[in-house]
Amino acid sequence: MSVIATPARQSTGGISARTVNRILIYSLLALFALFYLMPLFVMLVTSFKTMDEIQSGNMLALPQAPTFEPWLKAWGETCVGLTCAGIKGYFWNSIKMVVPAVLISTLLGALNGYVLTKWRFRGHTLVFGLMLFACFIPFQSVLLPMATILGSLGRFGVTLRNATGFSFGLGNPTVNLVFVHVVYGLGFTTLFFRNYYEAFPTELVKAAQVDGASFFQIFRRIMLPNSMPIFVVTVIYQFTNIWNDFLFASAYAGTGDAMPMTVALNNVVNTSTGVVEYNVNMAAAMIAALPTLLVYVVAGRYFVRGLMAGAVKG
Amino acid sequence: MAFLEIDGLRKRFGSVEILKGIDLDLEKGGFLVLVGPSGCGKSTLLNTIAGLETITEGEIRVDGRTINDLHPSKRDIAMVFQSYALYPNMTVAGNIAFGMEMRGVPAQERQKAIDKVAKVLQIGHLLQRKPSQLSGGQRQRVAMGRALVRDPKLFLFDEPLSNLDAKLRVDMRIEIKRLHATTGTTIVYVTHDQIEAMTLATKIAVMRDGEVQQFGTPAEIYNNPTNLFVADFMGSPAMNLIPATIGGNGNALSVVLQREAREPISLALADAPTGLSAFHSKPIIFGVRPEALTDPEGAERNASNIATADCHIEVVEPAGSDTFAVTNLGGKAVVARLRADANIQPGTSTPLAFNLTKAVFFDPATENRIL
Repeated sequence: MSVIATPARQSTGGISARTVNRILIYSLLALFALFYLMPLFVMLVTSFKTMDEIQSGNMLALPQAPTFEPWLKAWGETCVGLTCAGIKGYFWNSIKMVVPAVLISTLLGALNGYVLTKWRFRGHTLVFGLMLFACFIPFQSVLLPMATILGSLGRFGVTLRNATGFSFGLGNPTVNLVFVHVVYGLGFTTLFFRNYYEAFPTELVKAAQVDGASFFQIFRRIMLPNSMPIFVVTVIYQFTNIWNDFLFASAYAGTGDAMPMTVALNNVVNTSTGVVEYNVNMAAAMIAALPTLLVYVVAGRYFVRGLMAGAVKG
Repeated sequence: MAFLEIDGLRKRFGSVEILKGIDLDLEKGGFLVLVGPSGCGKSTLLNTIAGLETITEGEIRVDGRTINDLHPSKRDIAMVFQSYALYPNMTVAGNIAFGMEMRGVPAQERQKAIDKVAKVLQIGHLLQRKPSQLSGGQRQRVAMGRALVRDPKLFLFDEPLSNLDAKLRVDMRIEIKRLHATTGTTIVYVTHDQIEAMTLATKIAVMRDGEVQQFGTPAEIYNNPTNLFVADFMGSPAMNLIPATIGGNGNALSVVLQREAREPISLALADAPTGLSAFHSKPIIFGVRPEALTDPEGAERNASNIATADCHIEVVEPAGSDTFAVTNLGGKAVVARLRADANIQPGTSTPLAFNLTKAVFFDPATENRIL
């Protein structure tokens, strides 16, 4: 339509109103984008500057003599509370906690979605409704009850250790956090998978039944291999949420060796040893943000549409 | 004893009764087609035979063995689904072999079985492809291959051709018929297409609202429909069902058809069904198929009872192989099927021959056939 509209306007000479509009819109968008990206830019450039440069120079200026020193210091030397061994230990703490929590909650969500759509039982809508409800619970309200439950589990762990010599991970703060994140992630993961499987052709399940596949064989051989898109979405969502979580992390693993990255980062910034090392703080924050970024970049590539093409009528 | 026997089968979802007492049987090597409009319960009936739906009451036996409570995989059946239901993550070979894999058949035997089926269905060159790389007809073949490889006692087809285009549908229909003839398997086939039913079946069950309306051979269903529903549903173009009255007297009954702005037609019946005399001067439904209403030259020569009457032709539809003429009798559009080269003009009056040996009569109150 623009092809028809523009000649008339161009004949009057000068720039058409449309072009002016475009320029206005794009400059406004660029301005907002710039504004939004500013903090990231400041963080990035600051993390490559020396302290002298930070104290004397312009916050927005590019580093005069870029240095990796702050990154290395943040990773291996900076003080978190009283220990000064960098954030690397806490980084691995987070990995050890996030990976099992994401995998378990995603797999359980997939299993829930499978049952709620393909093996419906009386009252399945009620069960799903209750699980959905978990998505709307403010996590602050469950801090204390969950602390009580984790406390009991810890005491049970001690009993188990006395009896068998092994506590089965009960009472371990990392295990506790995995448990908490699995429980509170289930609502979302179930919602994702249920809605995906709702549109999943039931005839595939019936065909597999006729072929003699069992409940779990159908799940493993038919459902999961055809769930890549929603699997990736769920993993990205869960990974981001659990990695970035500060509330549960500080409440149930706020001190000690199992402290996750987010809590450690907070402690890095709050630890005062005279001069505030902005460059190290910024580098530590960047390190803390990298894994989620990586998950987006890597997993996003596998986010393929149309995986179901060919299952049914095409 | 029949090979497949269904006795008093009932299926309820809550308070809704989907199947209201189905009794069917099929001999070994037979081809049973369940046909009916959507929502008549034919697919549910097939699913109960497959074991994908539980049944509320009744019994299903295959080869003398009651299979009511057996798991689908233990029933020795194979099913072809409407959407083909090919596993999208597996190759064609993987799809065909999945059932054997689940039963723990060794890889070597699986390969042998795949090759054999691929040869029968001519899909050897497709074995390493994924379902998404196949055309509709190829998917259909693979779905049949997956069923065929099991060598089951009973094949179940759930509207297998409804996703194909018209030409391919005819090809696959012939292929299924050939497959049935060469392998001699027993097949239960669901469709809403009455032409598929007529061409494929050795037995047809016409269903409506969870009940079997009529069960018989295609010829029985076509020529001797038991009620108005079956008469109307089977056949294309559909049977003409004309409101009429019975006239004449004693042994010489006649059927009287009203016409617009002209005196009614009276057709003398030579061998009227005995039940018809009770309907003297009462309304009935007169049923005559389009091919039994034709131009006098094209009428069946050895039919014993042919009556000819002038009819006003409203529309003429040349269809290539035949010419269809539409006239108005008893307030309804009535289709006559004429020879392709019949000389007929719309808006004129032409004599049409009614083949009354093929005519049927229905009671408008009960909708049942008058015998």
